[in-house]
Amino acid sequence: MQRLLILETTCDETAAAVVTDELEVLASVVASQDELHKKYGGVVPEIASRAHVERILPVIDETLRRASIKPTDLDAVAVANTPGLAGSLVVGVAAAKALCLALDIPLIAVNHLQAHIYACRLAAGRDVFPCLGLIVSGGHSSLYHCRTPLEFDLLGGTIDDAAGEAFDKVASLLGLPFPGGPALDRAAQQGNPKAFDLPRPLLDDPSRLDFSFSGLKTALRYRLCKPGENMPAQPLAPELVSDLAASFTAAVIDCLWGKTALALRKTGLKTLCVGGGVAANSALRARLQVERERAGIELFIPPMRLCTDNAVMGAIAVERLKAGLFESLDLDAFPGLLRPASQKESHQQTQ
Amino acid sequence: MPRTFSFRAQNIQDTERLGTALAAAFPDGVIALDGPLGAGKTRLVQAIAAECGVNRADVVSPTFVLMHEYHGDRPIYHVDCYRLRDDDEYNQLGVDEHYGPPNLVLIEWAGRMERCMPNDRLDVAISPMGSEVREFNFVAHGENATARLAELRRMLT
Repeated sequence: MQRLLILETTCDETAAAVVTDELEVLASVVASQDELHKKYGGVVPEIASRAHVERILPVIDETLRRASIKPTDLDAVAVANTPGLAGSLVVGVAAAKALCLALDIPLIAVNHLQAHIYACRLAAGRDVFPCLGLIVSGGHSSLYHCRTPLEFDLLGGTIDDAAGEAFDKVASLLGLPFPGGPALDRAAQQGNPKAFDLPRPLLDDPSRLDFSFSGLKTALRYRLCKPGENMPAQPLAPELVSDLAASFTAAVIDCLWGKTALALRKTGLKTLCVGGGVAANSALRARLQVERERAGIELFIPPMRLCTDNAVMGAIAVERLKAGLFESLDLDAFPGLLRPASQKESHQQTQ
Repeated sequence: MPRTFSFRAQNIQDTERLGTALAAAFPDGVIALDGPLGAGKTRLVQAIAAECGVNRADVVSPTFVLMHEYHGDRPIYHVDCYRLRDDDEYNQLGVDEHYGPPNLVLIEWAGRMERCMPNDRLDVAISPMGSEVREFNFVAHGENATARLAELRRMLT
């Protein structure tokens, strides 16, 4: 049996996991969701990238402790090196390289978005490839043609705001409490999704598999106040908030499902895997279940702990381990999401 | 030299033209953008970056990852202060390491981190006046930005 240590520092979370080559999870630690910071003292900032520097070693120690193994028991180290915040990514990458150098074991690169799809494979407990991957989170909204766990083609993505970001910002416009996504979800459940006629950007363009949520956010703003006018005084009437939340949610979901359906038709795929924190949205889940039956496809949505950022989903590295796809110790971090036009370059970079 | 200037975009094309002019007038430096949600801050950044040779589709909101880096005809740093809570978080992000030539630094929600903004910069306040109508109010701080604002005014009037 081989054991992999997996590191995840692409955005806010510092996370580590130990997974076997049979995809058994021996330990998983996510710093912000943990009592870890109390144990090690000090307040853990949620955002600052250099906070990863302070957290990475305690998180690794705690993960190994919970897995009841020593560093020398590890057979490889995997790290998410793209996409994300540059300053955050390099912390995980540097830690992974240092461990590989010290332990003389192979280094494996993980694409954070591909890992989100692989969370479906883990949750399903069986093969889900080939599949269409829909990633909807605070930072990403992308569609992937996932041929095998090693071959992903980006089909399209947001050209401005991510879906989760749009939910958060609209929640803020409506005066809903933080975190905005869940609050908007709750408000929307009480509202009429047809109360306001909001646009479905790009939905009528069958040549593109992209999303655009920025204009939708602006359109909602104009339902609240005319351009040039100030926003009405908060708090807004609860019925208005609920109707706006429901109408906005319906518009976003129409766009997400519309492009997903188009991608299923274009690729001929019969399996849909969904990942990212927005997969928690109740209206999205309900819509996907309805469409699953209508379209006769297989649908996988992992449990929440595997939807939000975590290191367990980096078990996609097991596939690379088995294929012998290792990185040299000059592995770099790539912050940007690489689009089809620039994927050739990325391929060269990962070789 | 005047330190302020206003530009009214009647439509998206005017906003594009403004982005083109900003990219030409500001080969480097810091442009600090402000305006309410949905004002079009990211939209203006897309117009500037596209003029610098960046694939427009790669220019997306950096709200969650805080900072994007694009490689056009010059290095462009696209920063978003929306989620930042205090000066310390901004400073830890290391944006100040990118102030200065050859980098062009475009900062959304800059007003939230006003104390962290460099002395030489262009402030841009965006006010939505109609579905596509936008009022852009510029304030230059420092000598460089003031001279470049004069260039911008020359290009747009």
